[in-house]
Amino acid sequence: MIQFKNLSKSFRRASVLNGINLDIDLGERVALIGSNGAGKTTLIRCLLGEYDHQGDVRIDGLDPRRNRTAVLGAIGFVPQLPPPLKMPVGQLINFSAALCRTDPLRIHDIGKRLGLDVDGILTRQFVRLSGGMKQKLLIAIALGRDARVLVMDEPAANLDPEARKIFFDLLAERLDDATMIISSHRLDEVSSLVNRVIEMDTGRVVLDDKVADDAALTDRLACRIVLKRFEPAFAKAIDGWHLQSDEARMLWQGSIAGPDRLRFLGVLSRYTALISDMSLTEQHDV
Amino acid sequence: MNQLWLTAKLDIVESMRARWFQIYTLVFGGIVALLFIFGLTESRVLGFIGLSRLLVTYIQLTMAILPIFVLITTVRSLAGDREAGVFEYLLSLPVALNAWFWGKIIGRYLVVFAPVFLAMLGAVIWGSIDGIEIPWSMFAYYTGLLASMSLCFLGIGMLISVLARTTDMAQGAAFMIWLVLLLFLDLILLGVMIQGRIDPEIAVSLALINPLQVFRTAALAMFDPQLIVLGPAAYVIIDLFGASGFRAFALVYPALLGLGAAFLGYQLFRRGDLL
Repeated sequence: MIQFKNLSKSFRRASVLNGINLDIDLGERVALIGSNGAGKTTLIRCLLGEYDHQGDVRIDGLDPRRNRTAVLGAIGFVPQLPPPLKMPVGQLINFSAALCRTDPLRIHDIGKRLGLDVDGILTRQFVRLSGGMKQKLLIAIALGRDARVLVMDEPAANLDPEARKIFFDLLAERLDDATMIISSHRLDEVSSLVNRVIEMDTGRVVLDDKVADDAALTDRLACRIVLKRFEPAFAKAIDGWHLQSDEARMLWQGSIAGPDRLRFLGVLSRYTALISDMSLTEQHDV
Repeated sequence: MNQLWLTAKLDIVESMRARWFQIYTLVFGGIVALLFIFGLTESRVLGFIGLSRLLVTYIQLTMAILPIFVLITTVRSLAGDREAGVFEYLLSLPVALNAWFWGKIIGRYLVVFAPVFLAMLGAVIWGSIDGIEIPWSMFAYYTGLLASMSLCFLGIGMLISVLARTTDMAQGAAFMIWLVLLLFLDLILLGVMIQGRIDPEIAVSLALINPLQVFRTAALAMFDPQLIVLGPAAYVIIDLFGASGFRAFALVYPALLGLGAAFLGYQLFRRGDLL
């Protein structure tokens, strides 16, 4: 589906991507993580055909620079920073819909599901919207079409918790028919969606963890968590995982499904200050 | 064609909401209004009176203002859009690069040309209402000259926008080009000729490479077909082109220069980084 072959990119003498080799198949949902300057955004821009580069980038065998219309017609993109467009929202929707050959009403519908009063802002300049409204609209434009690849650069950064939940629900609806590349600093946020984690550092892939493949090796993981102190918020967050606690509610034990390990660790990452000890042990014989 | 028109329309809407366009429109509309208010149609210079006097003054002022205005606003808005992430988003949509680039040029051209033309048209309508005789041939030629001038500097502006990576660099380069063209109007060429280092024919030919000089000379040629006010340089120009030939050259050459610059800009744009 998506292939990066010896992809390198330099700006003057500064090397930003150094020989990236990746194959991403249809249906894979990739979390692209890494610190600032790791090369995530440059990789995405190469994928979108916006940068000249060394090596090859192919989507369904097509070069995004030479076959822009065909390739980008299948990609929905949400940028990290909303562009300061002066055009009215209605025109942006119609412009995008016309180029992507989709019905503007599909974009309206997605926007409304995200809590955006689309009809009320059609004549307002895009640049005048709040950060959250801009983000919702860009997400609506990316999802309101038949995109087979969704590329999102920190997509939930400006969303309120409710909109964030709806956004992830919307993505979950596309799990079977779209490949997703989600760049994020917060792995916990996207952990429930992704089945592959690619970490970049100084222009190289330093971790390529296919969660689904590993999860297939074992069904369940024995889990043991020891707390330094108890907080009700922890109990509430862990409630759905069916772990048993002792009377003092300081020791929690149980098992979790292998494919859910990333999501589980994502939940735990919010309570690192409370945890003094924890383990996840594969149960091969179960 | 649909993508081209969509991009052009997008650029028109974006430009019309920009402050520079409002100032630009106000400047040219204001010039015409001021010329009428101060009674320029009543004054007489070199035998010119009425609307032709007003049009001569208008075209001279336009030649001073339009090039730098078009250069700076074009490079500023395009380089600024690129820096602000507008290109990153809009170029992630399935639009062909040729449709994007030429669509922007078409949109921007209409936005740049419309105010200067409409201001002149407004003068003609105002003159008609006032019962002033309308010099239609002059109006038609000056319309062509303005169209050619807009295209010339828009093309150069697009080329600079592609080459310069930042807004500051783009603005600096645009200003430098305008300054060089301005200096080569008279000052440098006159200095070189006075020192006797080059033949007058070469100096005049060099001057005619400069689109600003071409416009200025063409505007003069409308009321002085033999270009007597230019002195000996007129002999070279008239010998080379003839009076009507030069007027045609003044329309075609700058337009081709602008198109050539835009075409070069497009070739560089599609081959390099788009952002």
